[in-house]
Amino acid sequence: MRFVAKTSLRMALLLVCVSILAFALVSASPVDPLGANVGQAALGSMSVEQIAKLETYWGVNEPPVRRYLAWAGDFIRGDMGISLLYRRNVALVLAEKASNSLLLMLSAWILSGALGFALGIAAGMNREKTADRLIQGYCALIASMPVFWLALLLLTVFAVLLRVLPIGLSVPIGMESAAVTFADRLRHATLPALTLSVAGIANIALHTREKVIDVMSSDYVLFAMARGEGRRSILRLHVLRNVLLPAVTLQFASISEVFGGSVLVEQVFSYPGLGQTAVRAGLGGDVPLLMGITVVSAIIVLLGNLAANILYGVIDPRMRSGRERA
Amino acid sequence: MEKTPLLEVKNLRIAFDQYSGRFSKNNLGMIRDLSVMVREGELVAVVGPSGSGKSLLAHGILGILPDNAEIEGEIRFRGTTMTQRCKESLRGNEIALVPQNLSYLDPLLRMGPQLRKGKRDAKSRQKTREILAHYSLNEQMERMYPFELSGGMTRRILISTALIDSPSLVIADEPTPGLDEKLARRVMSHFRAIADDGAGILLITHDLELALEVADRISVIYAGTSIEDAAATDFLHEETLRHPYTRALWRAMPRNGFRVENTAQPCVAKIPAGCPFQQHCAAASGACRREIPYRRAGEGFVRCIHTEEAVAAT
Amino acid sequence: MNVQAKEPARRPNPPRATPRFQINRRQFALILFLLAVLSLTAVAIAGDRCASIAMETDFTQKNLAPCLSHPFGTDWMGRDMLARTLTGLSLSVRLGLLTATASAAIAALMGSAAAMNKTLDALFSWLIDLVMGVPHILLLILISFACGRGFRGVVIGVTLSHWMSLARVIRSEVLQLKQSAYVQIAAKLGASHLRIVLRHMVPNLLPQFLVGLVLLFPHAILHEASITFLGFGLPPEQPAVGIILSESMQYLVMGRWWLAVFPGLLLVTGVLLFGVAGNCLRSLTNPASANE
Repeated sequence: MRFVAKTSLRMALLLVCVSILAFALVSASPVDPLGANVGQAALGSMSVEQIAKLETYWGVNEPPVRRYLAWAGDFIRGDMGISLLYRRNVALVLAEKASNSLLLMLSAWILSGALGFALGIAAGMNREKTADRLIQGYCALIASMPVFWLALLLLTVFAVLLRVLPIGLSVPIGMESAAVTFADRLRHATLPALTLSVAGIANIALHTREKVIDVMSSDYVLFAMARGEGRRSILRLHVLRNVLLPAVTLQFASISEVFGGSVLVEQVFSYPGLGQTAVRAGLGGDVPLLMGITVVSAIIVLLGNLAANILYGVIDPRMRSGRERA
Repeated sequence: MEKTPLLEVKNLRIAFDQYSGRFSKNNLGMIRDLSVMVREGELVAVVGPSGSGKSLLAHGILGILPDNAEIEGEIRFRGTTMTQRCKESLRGNEIALVPQNLSYLDPLLRMGPQLRKGKRDAKSRQKTREILAHYSLNEQMERMYPFELSGGMTRRILISTALIDSPSLVIADEPTPGLDEKLARRVMSHFRAIADDGAGILLITHDLELALEVADRISVIYAGTSIEDAAATDFLHEETLRHPYTRALWRAMPRNGFRVENTAQPCVAKIPAGCPFQQHCAAASGACRREIPYRRAGEGFVRCIHTEEAVAAT
Repeated sequence: MNVQAKEPARRPNPPRATPRFQINRRQFALILFLLAVLSLTAVAIAGDRCASIAMETDFTQKNLAPCLSHPFGTDWMGRDMLARTLTGLSLSVRLGLLTATASAAIAALMGSAAAMNKTLDALFSWLIDLVMGVPHILLLILISFACGRGFRGVVIGVTLSHWMSLARVIRSEVLQLKQSAYVQIAAKLGASHLRIVLRHMVPNLLPQFLVGLVLLFPHAILHEASITFLGFGLPPEQPAVGIILSESMQYLVMGRWWLAVFPGLLLVTGVLLFGVAGNCLRSLTNPASANE
């Protein structure tokens, strides 16, 4: 229990630092939110009072530290500010976009984890044979592709050439939101989810393969072979057990990758999720929204790490007894 | 009555392809010409300095050498030549290895399943209980993980992993690494007991004194080559030993005066043709540079042209 | 007396036909490495030469599918896609070199500093956890935003977000070296810190460092392309691969697949070449691979 408390505290501190870092970055930006969002032409035709009002709205003239503290104070109370682009509560905007992304990211996370693990084991157990070379080749290829190009390829093949899946967005164009079915949502999420999964599989498979090879070259597997344990027994008894823990860590670490990938993939498919929102916020200088997304995604990533650490402490017998003795 | 030979190794050679320097590959012979025999109920100690390639012998017999290793020569079990297939079916079955330390055990597997190799049937469970009881090990040990074991338990558990299969041949590779004398002696007595029960034991070690306490025969290795095979009783006096290196070993034993001479092995790439010991041997002559056969000498063997039998034969 | 034929010890492999020239794995790795480096240099130079052609518009030639005179087709302004792609790729390669080298330098500094001093080490872990707490692309967006979204933003962003893993590797290597026998002996014999570092540590670190450096290039290039694709990087006039691909999006739906497929393919090839070079270098310098 002390272990959990300590790690949680560290995470909270990290979160604070992340928010400070993010704030420092966005404050340092020479991008003039007025010019970016209102437009130079419009600015030129405004009166001084109107510009002054806009400046207070965007908080242009206050010192950074005070602005940060104000923001942080609000954030803790659940108020993330008002999005400059959407003119709505940041929290609401994020909630809406996140629910769109959730389906996408979750399915990609689970799929790439499961398939990546399976492929990694297959590759590691058959080191240097055909299966391994094929899997390695696949991984090397995918890892060398920018994920948005993969998205473009899949878009071209499935949506343009074959016309089996929609080109983009999360719902059919022009349809009333009441008329949108879950099936529609699924269809629109398929290509983005597929892209994210394909990319994620490569990374996880490669790392899992390395762990499997580590285990297979260990002293205890050598001894197992000397005792006449067959390959299947070694896999079941030794490999799976010893790769599980690193695999769990890997899986939770991939949360960050999935998020990053979704930023690019959503852009290609015009999918209105968190990722696309981050891009729009960045391009448009929407500071509250940008801050909100950064902190929320940091929370998700750090929570993932926390979960991984806790699981490790629970599953690994060496750590369990270490705590019992302590 | 002669006991039946269990394991016969003749002219074993194990070599590796390795990169030396940037781009050239070398074929390094770690074991160059090794012959040894173990009979039922016999404890044979293969003794030699570190780096003479002794561990490879164990791996070679069990068929677990790395992929870049080449193996030549003959290994016979109960008279049948062993192919890789043979080795795979006999290991963990008729032939068992006693591991050196806990790193050879799966750190995430409790001792019970580890001993049973994951089998869950009643017979395996029974065997596990029996072997633990044999070594006076607590039943609780079945639920322990390797990192929870300590000191004396460790050695007995490691031996149990080999014996649980009731093997006819037990191979022990350096079973007493850095152990204090009392513990080491106890380990050796376990091996003696196993041999007395009818199994054959191949003990690989660099500790001659300890081996002499329990072994029936000693096989001496130098620079990857067998140079003498003698009964343990021959080691009571220097005169009953034949090879100059064996005699130097005898003289170096603490109870015989602790006289240490320079007998350092030549490095693998630079072993001279003929007798590998010639650089340090007082009796070396030009004839020592030719290939020297491993000749019968009394009950054992010796690879030297200066022994009485060899001289008498010429 | 029976003498068994030589057999590979563990698995019976069928005997391989031995060709006249027996190239062992290491020599092969060296050849591959040189080929990769050569190809990449060729691309960098070719792209630079093509720069002017890439800008030429010719509205009589617009929207052509790949053909003999335009192997990669043309875009909606009649610009030759092959020239544009080569220029863009050359830009990516050069940018990648710049950012990867800068990143590697930072990694070397941070890693060594962390290994030398306890407080710096704590700071180091904290910093890494901090930077990795934010998804990579988001960090790039933030940095790019902070720098005003131009070329500078891309360079700084990519440089500042790649040093972590190499820094960790260097840190653990230096820690190991500090413990090693010969370093401790040298210190006891009175060698100055500088001498130890230069004579003992650097030669041991260099191979790992170089491999890490080369393997940074692919990541740098990919991330630069990604951030440019999103619109945060170079201005649209520069034919960076990211820009080419983002512009192609609207035309893809019309079926002009060549606008995205070829540039992407070339980029992938470039990245693969760097990866190959890095892996070859690793197998050449890794002493553990002596047993393959």
